Amino acid sequence: MPSKTFRGGVDTPHFKEMSASSPISELPAPEKVTIPLTQHIGAPCEVKVEKGDQVDLGQIIADTDAFVSAPIHASVSGTVEAVTTTRLADGRIVPAVVIASDGEDRWHESVAPKGELRNLDADAIRSIMREAGLVGMGGAAFPTHVKYTPPPGVDLHTIIINGCECEPFLTCDHRVMLEFADEIVFGLEAMMKVAGAKRGLIGIEENKPDAIEALRQAVGDRPYDVIPLKVKYPEGAEKQLISALTGQEVPSGGLPLDLGIVVNNVATAVALANAIKTGQPLIDRVVTVSGDRVGRPGNLRVRIGTSMEDVFDACGGLTEAPERIVIGGPMMGQAVFDISIPITKGCSGVLALSAEIAPVVEEKPCIRCGRCVEVCPSFLMPLYIADYPHEASLEYYPLDCIECGSCSYICPADQRLLERIRLAKVEAEARQRSDDA
Amino acid sequence: MVEAILTLMTLGLLFGAGLAFASRVLAVKRDERIEAVEAALPGGNCGACGKAGCGMFAEALVEGRTQIFSCPVADPENLERIAEILDLDIDTDSDRKVAVVRCQGDDEAAKDRFRYIGIKDCNAAQMVAGGHKACEYGCLGQGTCVGDDVCPFDAIYMGPNGLPVIIEEKCTGCGNCVEACPRNIIALMPQGLPVYVLCVSHDGPKYARKACDKACIACGMCVRKCPNEAFVLEDKLAVVDYDKCQAAGVCIDVCPTGALVGPAGSEEKRKEA
Ligand code: SF4
Ligand code: SF4
Ligand code: SF4
Repeated sequence: MPSKTFRGGVDTPHFKEMSASSPISELPAPEKVTIPLTQHIGAPCEVKVEKGDQVDLGQIIADTDAFVSAPIHASVSGTVEAVTTTRLADGRIVPAVVIASDGEDRWHESVAPKGELRNLDADAIRSIMREAGLVGMGGAAFPTHVKYTPPPGVDLHTIIINGCECEPFLTCDHRVMLEFADEIVFGLEAMMKVAGAKRGLIGIEENKPDAIEALRQAVGDRPYDVIPLKVKYPEGAEKQLISALTGQEVPSGGLPLDLGIVVNNVATAVALANAIKTGQPLIDRVVTVSGDRVGRPGNLRVRIGTSMEDVFDACGGLTEAPERIVIGGPMMGQAVFDISIPITKGCSGVLALSAEIAPVVEEKPCIRCGRCVEVCPSFLMPLYIADYPHEASLEYYPLDCIECGSCSYICPADQRLLERIRLAKVEAEARQRSDDA
Repeated sequence: MVEAILTLMTLGLLFGAGLAFASRVLAVKRDERIEAVEAALPGGNCGACGKAGCGMFAEALVEGRTQIFSCPVADPENLERIAEILDLDIDTDSDRKVAVVRCQGDDEAAKDRFRYIGIKDCNAAQMVAGGHKACEYGCLGQGTCVGDDVCPFDAIYMGPNGLPVIIEEKCTGCGNCVEACPRNIIALMPQGLPVYVLCVSHDGPKYARKACDKACIACGMCVRKCPNEAFVLEDKLAVVDYDKCQAAGVCIDVCPTGALVGPAGSEEKRKEA
């Protein structure tokens, strides 16, 4: 039987061998962390500390009453040096708290085990998710507890754990699966409990047989399925993963929730397991440091708020001036110009790439070959949307684009399809808003 | 028979009353002046103003997004009537507005934070890490304002140094380029003012100086030296009160970066500009 997958997508080079075999190593608390107060989709947090305050590891430093949001915790113990602003990977300047570490890593009193999973009910787990500041760690950073609060009438029946890691270079999820398989299964169990779901699936691309094996072992005779998936980009995109595993299609403009499905990244499952077992909130994450301009590529457990510069330095620094530095994966990540940018909850990788790997290509005229249409996993016609600002471009469902970049990747004329589609999306969103209003 | 007629009549009356009521209660509140202005326009729907017909032009005019002179076919009589409706003083030339590019941050003056290799579109450039220019206010130079569909009068083009240039003689002040710019660089301003502040940066002394050689660095020289007290600093940017300005031109001479430009400056400054 051919392995499961979705329709469309591209084969990219993987570049994973650079870091796949290096075990997760701990980057000790840096001297200083800059923790942005906007690290998730939803309402920004309000700062709860002041300059000069002593804070402990895991103490809440920013929070809000808004539902779609997640609190932010101190990722080191020490003194609040400043309440200022910082730049994020997407260029936005947002409020941030700078903490000078005292090197003691003294846990805050609120950090305590939450008891046995069987004694916790759905509401209790949901509030643990929120208190621990859990967000989707695959990149989108959507607050986890919100995913588990379906609107009335929606029955969550399936939980999917996403271990695809289809982006080139990234290996952090792979390492997490190898080293924390038990936690992933524990996290899945807790998620099933919150949702009252019946089915638990773990999808992993089949180029990671060791991870598939590790999770099968961890699952044991529990009724969860570990399913190998074809190696193809973007296998790990939420909607594509759902289609690969269940054959169902998330409707245009809809959410996985509409199908009664929730997808979570493996790292999020581990974070939930930790939050329950030890009470530890989301204060660090595993980041892949890779690219051909990095001294020693690897996978690091990094405190939230550590600067990219510190992370590169811990990996042997930059060997030569890179052509491009990217936060996230090379397909969907963001190129940045400033390596003082801090690592946030949704950041899975930092890459330093040479011009050979990330060349600047010149755009040539579209030859109407239709390849972008063939590969688009959202079944769109990228070339027509990229006709923007032509009015007709907006009729080709720009808002269904998941910005995977497959079309731009495959285009033989190097058309900057996604770049133009993004513009069309902005316009389409604006019109939708004014229609709603 | 009679019954049928009576029933229909009653129904008709009822519906009529209902409609009359609804049209009153549910009426979309629209500035009445729009209709009046539309009626006062030549009504050719020629589109020469850059808007899709006289109705749109009337709307833009009432909302202050364009100016009366943008309708090239309106005769003095039309103009007068519109001026009356909008309570405008059309002292023709002094009120004629043209587009002004309020930024001098060309390729040489303005520093880049990084090399932008994306598509030639200012909206796209703005979306990449908030724009490649060190100045977060200044012109991005990708020419969205000079695009094919923007200026119906070919009055704007991209200059050699990455700044758009307005051909004042051709500009009717339709405001299309103003709307096209994502950074709000272009403004409609009266032609021939004694001095223009050609900078929109609110960065202030510390950062603006590094970002651009031609920036207003909020040093306050113009505020201090203007004999007529026509300058103030608003959020770290020089602003002229044209009611007070007497065209002394001192400001232009004292501005250390050349952010102030205009005919009032001394001969030597004008040559530089
Ligand atoms: S149109 Fe959007 S979803 Fe389709 S391939 Fe391009 S980026 Fe991906
Ligand atoms: S330059 Fe701008 S304001 Fe002037 S005519 Fe052209 S589009 Fe209109
Ligand atoms: S004026 Fe505005 S639209 Fe025109 S090039 Fe500059 S930033 Fe772009």
